[in-house]
Amino acid sequence: MNLWMWLLLACLLGYAWKLLGYLVPASLLRNPRMSRIAGTMTIGLLASLTIVNAVASGQALAFDARMGALAAAGIALWLRAPFLVVVLAGAGAAAGLRLLGWS
Amino acid sequence: MKLLQSPAVRVGLSISIATGLYGISFGALGVTSGLDFWQTMALSLLLFSGGSQFAFIGVVAGGGSGVAAMGAATLLGMRNGIYGMQLNALLQPRGWRKYAAAHVTIDESTATSTGQTDPAEQRRGFWTAGIGIFVLWNVFTAVGALAGSALGDPKQWGLDGAAVAAFLGLLWPRLKGREPVAIAVVCALATVLAVPFVPAGVPILIAAFVAAAIGWFSHGRSDEGLEPDVDPYAEHHQHESTHGDTHGEHRHSGRRPRSGGGQ
Repeated sequence: MNLWMWLLLACLLGYAWKLLGYLVPASLLRNPRMSRIAGTMTIGLLASLTIVNAVASGQALAFDARMGALAAAGIALWLRAPFLVVVLAGAGAAAGLRLLGWS
Repeated sequence: MKLLQSPAVRVGLSISIATGLYGISFGALGVTSGLDFWQTMALSLLLFSGGSQFAFIGVVAGGGSGVAAMGAATLLGMRNGIYGMQLNALLQPRGWRKYAAAHVTIDESTATSTGQTDPAEQRRGFWTAGIGIFVLWNVFTAVGALAGSALGDPKQWGLDGAAVAAFLGLLWPRLKGREPVAIAVVCALATVLAVPFVPAGVPILIAAFVAAAIGWFSHGRSDEGLEPDVDPYAEHHQHESTHGDTHGEHRHSGRRPRSGGGQ
């Protein structure tokens, strides 16, 4: 139930951001610094989520099959593969490395 | 059919299919991260912003608390406010349309709209992409969630690796040039350094703070990092880059087209 509460609050706040853009006078938000922070934060959060999911195991750092997934996804993106192929490459690399015994 | 002759509608439909399809990966990862079917669906129906949704399940999957998941999802949603402002100036929706438009204001619908020059086309592009993605994203989230529940041990199928790949795939199109790469590296480093010292989920919020500080104190492009995961005009941009960049067509909103788009 607790998770439901945070989940619905996240939905509410997500919608609030979107609506804010439509309701606030353009002059107020047309501050280049605001959109710059929105942009740098998007990059920073996605980079952080990528690395956390690749190496964090609770509060420990682990180098396991997920590193292989990161590398495979990087190669797929380099080759301009579409998003779904990138995701499948990541899953395939992690599953394959586990089959080979690298957990 | 007349509507299908509109270039914005055609771009909107193809972007709907491309983006909607990867709802499968969100659905599968949602149910294997520890959320149940309806929690996964609630994110697609109500939060409806790919990055924020993946952030929420990414934090939960890593053992983070609900409040940390909410924090990461909310911070990642800030850019939708900037898109809302751009679209409000562009489309000027009135009455209930404003509230509906807000819900489908995401990277892809914004990019489809701002890539057009004619106001009627901008409107068609926005609504086609917005509604099209909303419908297909939710249908494919359900498909993925049902398939994911049937998989058994998610690790055996490499689904934790799929999550890593999904985040890199969301980040990749935003890494055009040296500055965004530097921001990404600094934030990734800050995250790794923080992991042993703070509870799961919190390192992501620390990285967000570092990124916001970089944005506040440094001067650079004001639209850095604001681009869609699937670029509706990728082919057009590639074409453009081989013939020299002519930005005249994209006169709106300061979103400059990028050459050689991601996917």
